[in-house]
Amino acid sequence: MKNVALKPLGGNKIANRQVISETLLELGKKDKDILVLTSDSRGSASMVKFGQELPQQIVEVGIAEQNIVGMASGLAHSGKKPFVASPACFLSMRSIEQIKVDVAYSQTNVKLIGISGGVSYGALGMSHHSLQDIAVTRAIPGLDVMIPADRHEAKKMIEALIGYERPVYMRIGRNPVEDSYLSDDYPFEIGKAVTMKDGDDVTIIAAGETVRVALDAAERLEEEGVYCRVINMHTIKPLDQEVIIRAAKETKRIITLEEHSIFGGLGAAVAEVVSQNHPVLMKILGIPDEPAITGKTAEVFNHYGINKENVSKLALQMVRK
Amino acid sequence: MTDVTFLKRKATEIRMTLLTMIYEARTGHTGGSLSNTDILTVLYYHKMNVDPNNPKWEERDRYVQSKGHSVESYWAILADKGFFPKEELKTFSQFNSRLIGHPNNKVPGVEMNTGALGHGLAIAVGMALAAKLDQKEYKVYTLMGDGEQAEGSVWEGAMAAAQYKLDNLVGIIDRNRLQITGNTEDLMGIEPLGDKWRSFGWEVIEVDGNDIEQLVQVFDNIPKAVDKPTMLIANTVKGKGISFAENQTVWHHRVPTEEEYKLAMEELSKQLEVLV
Repeated sequence: MKNVALKPLGGNKIANRQVISETLLELGKKDKDILVLTSDSRGSASMVKFGQELPQQIVEVGIAEQNIVGMASGLAHSGKKPFVASPACFLSMRSIEQIKVDVAYSQTNVKLIGISGGVSYGALGMSHHSLQDIAVTRAIPGLDVMIPADRHEAKKMIEALIGYERPVYMRIGRNPVEDSYLSDDYPFEIGKAVTMKDGDDVTIIAAGETVRVALDAAERLEEEGVYCRVINMHTIKPLDQEVIIRAAKETKRIITLEEHSIFGGLGAAVAEVVSQNHPVLMKILGIPDEPAITGKTAEVFNHYGINKENVSKLALQMVRK
Repeated sequence: MTDVTFLKRKATEIRMTLLTMIYEARTGHTGGSLSNTDILTVLYYHKMNVDPNNPKWEERDRYVQSKGHSVESYWAILADKGFFPKEELKTFSQFNSRLIGHPNNKVPGVEMNTGALGHGLAIAVGMALAAKLDQKEYKVYTLMGDGEQAEGSVWEGAMAAAQYKLDNLVGIIDRNRLQITGNTEDLMGIEPLGDKWRSFGWEVIEVDGNDIEQLVQVFDNIPKAVDKPTMLIANTVKGKGISFAENQTVWHHRVPTEEEYKLAMEELSKQLEVLV
C-alpha cells in the first residue's frame, strides 16, 4: 500500500481525539443532528471548541456514564446522531448494560467514543486503564468495535461512521500517536482490514497504537531477511476473516499485537478464526492478566514486550523454528 | 372528553385478556400488569397521540416502559389498539414469539427494548431532549416501578431531566408498594418518595393510579409547571381487580391455577357487567 509510513516519521503532536473533534465540528456545522455528549469530559475529549462553536449540539450529562448512554439511545431513537465521548474505562464498564440493552439490543444509532483508552491514563492505575473494553464490547451482538491506528485513520473512521447506521464502540488513546499512514488520502472501509506491508514469512496483526510497533518490527525483520506482513485490523468487529485466513495460509505464522488484555481482545478474535479455519502457530502479545504496571504508554509497552525489539525477536524465533 | 365508563370497561377487558395470556402461557408478571392496567389504559385510549397504522409517525407521543416485566397489559393494549393482530397474543412467551416477557421493539408500537431496570428514564430524557432540540410538540411518558427506584441510574436521569427543563417529559411510578421479595419499605425504603423527586427539581403529583377518573383529570393538566418535568406517583394496588391477588407479594409472578383463573374471570366479568 502506497500511503503507509513504513518508517516512523517522528514528531506527530496531534492526538486522535483532536482530529475526531475537528472532523465532527466540520461535519456538525452541516448537519445539526450530529450531537456530542460528554460526561464532564469535554476537555479530555478535546471537545471544548466544538462546544463553543456548536453550543446547541453538545449535550453535557455530568459524571453519569449510565445516563449518558441511555440518553444517547433516546436521542438516536428520535433521529439524532449522538457521539458519546467519555473515558473508555468508564464507558465500557459502568455503562455496559446500557450499551448492551439500550444501544445494541434496541439498535439505536449511537456512536460510543471511548477516549483515553488502553493504558493512556498511564500513572493513574487500573481504575483508569481500559484493557478489557474490547473483550466486553465485542461479545455484544449488534455492536461493532473499532480502533483507529493513527490520526489519519481516526479522521477516516469518523467520516465513515456518519453514514453508518449501526451502534459502534470506537476506542482511541489520549496522547498523540506516531503516524502509520502518510496522509488521509486512501480508501477506508469499515470491516476491511488494511494490509500495510506485504510479506510471506510471518504476519503481524495489530490495531490502534500497536500498528506503528508492528510496522517498525517489520522493518527490523527485513534487515534480517525476513519478510513480514503487517495487517491493520482497525475493525475488530465485524472482523475481516478473509484477510486472516489468507495470512494463515500464506505466512503460516501469526503474531497479534494489542493494547488490551491478552484475554478476549484482538488476539482472541484472530485465534477464533485461525483455529477454526486454518490452524497455524500464533502468539498473542498484549497486557497480561494483571493490573497493568503504571507509566507512560511507551514504558508500559516496553515492560510487556510490545516493542519492535521483542516483536521482531519473537517473529524470528517463529520463522526459524 | 373520553367517556370514563368506556375507559373503565376497557381496563377490565384488558385485565381479562392479560390474565388469560398468563394462564395459557404459564408465565408472566401478574401483579404488576394488573396494577398498571389503568395507567396504560388512560395513556393509550385517552391521552397519547399514537397511530397504530403508522407506528413510527414522527409526531407521535412516546412511551417507554421502564418496568419492562409488567408487559402483559402492554401487549394486550397494543393488540387491542391494532398495532398487531390480537390473534398473536396467543404466542405470548412461546418459542420464537416476538411477544416476549419484556417490551420488544420488533413489535410495532414499542419504542425501545427494556427489561433491565433503571434504563427507561434516561432513554425518555434523550427522547424529550430531542423533541426540544427539534421544537417538536410530542410528549414522552415513562413508567417505572417502585422497586426500581433503588436503581442509581434512575436518579442520574432525574437530574438530567431537571437540568434540561424537560416539561415535555412525564414519569409515572407504579407505586404498588410490593416488589418481588416484599414491601419496598422493608427492603430498601424509598419514602419520602415525593420529596425525593421534588428535591430533584420535578413537579410531583400524587394520584390514585387505579382511579380512571382521577388519572384522566391529572394527565389532562400536565404540565402544571413550565420548564419542569412531571412525576406522577401513582398509588396502585398490586394485583388490582382480582380480590385474592390484591396486595399479595406472591402474585408478583404467580400463574393462576385453573380454579383461580375461573374465579378471577368471574370477578372481572361482574365488574364489567356493572359498567354500563
